[in-house]
Amino acid sequence: MEIAFYLSGLVAVLATLGVVTNTNPVHALLYLIVSLISVALVFFALGAPFAGALEVIVYAGAIMVLFVFVVMMLNLGQQGVAQERAWLSPRVWLGPALLSAVLLVILVATLWSGEGGRMITGETLTARAVGSLLFGPWLLVVELAAMLLLAALVTASHVGRLPGPAASSDRRDHKEVP
Amino acid sequence: MNALPEPLVASLIAMLQAGVILLGVLLLGAVLTLVERRLLGLWQDRHGPNRVGPFGALQWVADMIKIFFKEDWIPPFADRTLFVLAPAIAMASLLLSFMIIPLTPSWGVANLHIGLLFFLAMAGINVYSVLFGGWSSGNKYALLGAMRAAAQTLSYEVFIGLSLMGVVAMAGTFNMREIVAAQEDLWFVVPQFLGFMTFLVAGIAVTHRPPFDQPEAEQELADGYHVEYSSMKFGMFFLGEYVGMVLISALIVTLFFGGWQGPWLPPFVWFALKTGAFLVLFMLLRASLPRPRYDQVMRFGWMFCLPLTLINLLVTGALILLADPL
Repeated sequence: MEIAFYLSGLVAVLATLGVVTNTNPVHALLYLIVSLISVALVFFALGAPFAGALEVIVYAGAIMVLFVFVVMMLNLGQQGVAQERAWLSPRVWLGPALLSAVLLVILVATLWSGEGGRMITGETLTARAVGSLLFGPWLLVVELAAMLLLAALVTASHVGRLPGPAASSDRRDHKEVP
Repeated sequence: MNALPEPLVASLIAMLQAGVILLGVLLLGAVLTLVERRLLGLWQDRHGPNRVGPFGALQWVADMIKIFFKEDWIPPFADRTLFVLAPAIAMASLLLSFMIIPLTPSWGVANLHIGLLFFLAMAGINVYSVLFGGWSSGNKYALLGAMRAAAQTLSYEVFIGLSLMGVVAMAGTFNMREIVAAQEDLWFVVPQFLGFMTFLVAGIAVTHRPPFDQPEAEQELADGYHVEYSSMKFGMFFLGEYVGMVLISALIVTLFFGGWQGPWLPPFVWFALKTGAFLVLFMLLRASLPRPRYDQVMRFGWMFCLPLTLINLLVTGALILLADPL
């Protein structure tokens, strides 16, 4: 299990690097999908297959499909690749890379100084355990998230509604006048 | 046999089972292409392919040889990486889903306790085959087909999961073997009839079989997302459709019709008979129903099937709580 954990972690890091450095947007999204699937594998290796399956279903299987869908519709082509390449010139990424390198050093130092004895245990969490935890002690949080999602749903349906008869007739009048 | 240690023998047997199931599914998919054409011929009062071998029984072999030796053409305007990747995703994600299906009490590849979720995850990954295939072809019709496929599959995947949650709630587990065991007294098709109906519809839509084959509608889109594919790359999409059909049939049998359970006959025969019945139903649907318009498909999914599954889930939950208060 430990080998699986480190391997999929490595794949996740490399794939995420691919997302940032790739100039073709659809290929970058493909890397992001690979990265999400390898994170799901990390969950599997840590003994949380339920979270891993949900990661694949929700992130890789639904959200990323929408991303790919939209990028496909934009039909960016060679222009987009050229623009991406211009953004990747050393002058642009040098500053952010230096700053994040500092953060990386801090992260590694923290991990180094912390307790090193933590190992992956083979304990597997079942869907039932996750469910009773979510709807037991964390019920309030779940309900709040549900309300937030409902609000988002209402907003989306409001934004995406078809124009009413008044609005559409306005537009038609405008067009018909020669 | 005594020379080999016990765990090694067990894992070898498991690997052998996995290999046999994999080969069996692939062969079944290939043979089904012939069975479907013969049955369509029967129902439409014509012959169908009947020249190669006795009653045309070797037609699929001839088709396979032909498809393997055709020129494997990649369009110069295509995105090569994704173009090659797409059929592989189509085939792999469907074949991997067979992992969770228990054929008999002793046969089956994996006994995951998140079994059903694994199928949903693989169905989610399967969408990319159509999306990437359509986009990388660099063809307008292919892109239109991919667009339709993505919207259709996403919409129907919403309630393909919801329609199964009634079964999960009644069995109390995602594990396929335990779900089959929970149907010892009563098949879930009786208490979960609405769930069964919506899963059947969604299953056809997710595998984009006719009448839900809008992504590849020949009369409108030439051939949709796989119009630029040739040779075995097309073959993988084509075979993938049949493998998907076998998968959905096997899932319906496992989840709603008691899996291998049945009197007198051995378990595998029961499983095969039930799955075969659903395969024939899939073909009969193709032979008899016209293709609805694309917006009608989407409307039917969101306006009719989704509320139905939600009501089904609510009622199931209420009844379970009534029968057995916490």
